[in-house]
Amino acid sequence: MSALRTSGPARAGQYLALLAYLVFLAFPFLWLLSTAFKPAPELASLHPTWIPENPTLDNFRQAFDEQPLLRAAANSLLAAVSAAVIAVAVATPLAYVTVRHRGRLAGAATGWVVISQAFPFVLVIIPLFLVLKNLHLINSVAGLVLVYVVWSLPFALWMLMGYARAVPAELEEAAAVDGAGRIRTLVSVTAPLLAPGIVATALFAFVTAWNEFFFALVLLKTPEKQTLPVVLTHFLGAEGVADLGPLAAAAFLATLPSLLVFGLLQRRITGGTLTGAVKS
Amino acid sequence: MSSVTTASRPGRAGTPRAAPGTRPRGPDLGAWFLVLPALLPILVLSVGPLLYGIALAFTDAQSGRTQATRWVGTLNFQDLLHDTLFWESFRIGVVWAVGVTVPQFLLALGLALLLDQKLRFRRLARALAIVPWAMPEVVVGIMWRLVYNPDAGILNETLRNLGLGEGHDWLSGLATALPAVIVVGVWAGMPQTTVALLAGLQNTPRELHEAAALDGAGAWRRFRAVTWPALRPVALAITALNLIWNFNSFALVYVLTNGGPGGRTRLPMLFAYEEAFRYGQFGYAAAMGCVMVAAVSVLIALSLVRRLKGDQDR
Repeated sequence: MSALRTSGPARAGQYLALLAYLVFLAFPFLWLLSTAFKPAPELASLHPTWIPENPTLDNFRQAFDEQPLLRAAANSLLAAVSAAVIAVAVATPLAYVTVRHRGRLAGAATGWVVISQAFPFVLVIIPLFLVLKNLHLINSVAGLVLVYVVWSLPFALWMLMGYARAVPAELEEAAAVDGAGRIRTLVSVTAPLLAPGIVATALFAFVTAWNEFFFALVLLKTPEKQTLPVVLTHFLGAEGVADLGPLAAAAFLATLPSLLVFGLLQRRITGGTLTGAVKS
Repeated sequence: MSSVTTASRPGRAGTPRAAPGTRPRGPDLGAWFLVLPALLPILVLSVGPLLYGIALAFTDAQSGRTQATRWVGTLNFQDLLHDTLFWESFRIGVVWAVGVTVPQFLLALGLALLLDQKLRFRRLARALAIVPWAMPEVVVGIMWRLVYNPDAGILNETLRNLGLGEGHDWLSGLATALPAVIVVGVWAGMPQTTVALLAGLQNTPRELHEAAALDGAGAWRRFRAVTWPALRPVALAITALNLIWNFNSFALVYVLTNGGPGGRTRLPMLFAYEEAFRYGQFGYAAAMGCVMVAAVSVLIALSLVRRLKGDQDR
């Protein structure tokens, strides 16, 4: 619609709508920030203000004192990085083969991706819980990684299939004509073209695992093993009476890695990375 | 389809290259070798547990029990049929899924149409619009609890400043709890829907728009005649997925209300989670999972049928 002329009032209306959206999107986040930097007396005030009058870092200090945040972050990092690396390593060949050899396999792969979106996790977690318990993998990050790998596979596969489809088959044909075998072609032609997509997919898988809550809640029992999202809920207390300042501070910290990764991915996301994924 | 990957199969250098389309349909060892690393975990940790879970629904499996687990046939399902609490939570799940998905779609569509225009700050807006997507659901829940907090929250303070009453305990009120969590659900899922729709919009041929405009079509006519037909497949797919995801959601509401007050926000997943991991009723909870899958499958079937029909129409 870029070439079309829009009248002045209509344009003003568009900006107004955009502003309204941005306010709606931003205000809870700004409030989280404001709460995180407020000293206790200001938090107790019955007339809360947007800007802290005496901003403080006390809430952050207190958050680390109250809950094992560093350890939880280390657990989250370990789980998310392992899950992302394994998921991509396993999904890339499958995505590649699926795209190049359509037919039954491709149908099965796409079907599984669709069906997996419909699983209510509870139907999967009960048997997994029983199996992992028998393998003594309950309350271990290793067990959680296993679950995360499988859980992030469908989306990783979906994304990678989109990227693999974008690799022109002609390039591979050219390599084959030049006498390169399949492995050579894969390594020297396909992989470099696929690399940006693989990185983006891995980052997505990282964020999903970093943010995941349900499986971690069920599988991790002791505070030393728990991941950040689970430990965050401990701030809420039994009756939901929370220490607002440290709660906000910890919650804000837990968001930083995902925000960072999404910042890196931003171009690809808005540039239409998901076009392939959504269009199928 | 290219014949090359087949032709360049290792160890077959001397074999004459097959013509396109004549590749043998049988299993290709090299392909299977590449597929196995993904297939194995999928079968062992995803398909396996799913089938195991369905089987559990027909047993009396419980946690920490000394007797052996027995088959009980459809007993769990019969009990479930009479479990009014479960059906109430099922109803809440449907209200929640529809209540989140529909406004979310409309808002996301508006935002996508806006972001598709050449507006100033468009890049900034796109970047910011993604923030909710990047946040852990637990953090989104915590954040909105801070907003909704009856005393220290910004929502009530804003309402007081605008002279709109003395505020409210939104998440604890019997009447307000479900609408309050629905607002959070809309907020949290909007970016993803927006991005999907935006991607769909960018596939709409610009020339069509321009031609329609030259023919004197107004904005609404152009939307009806050009934008929507191109966007429809993406819109249907994302709406079906959103309905499913929302119906099965857990973390957000767990953090916001934990199903309260008085079960008014107890989504089916929260119900099943409590049944399984608080009361240890694995078999019964698995039966709930089966009912949820069945409900969602209907939706998938419907959207697939539509899709197939759409393909035929073309």
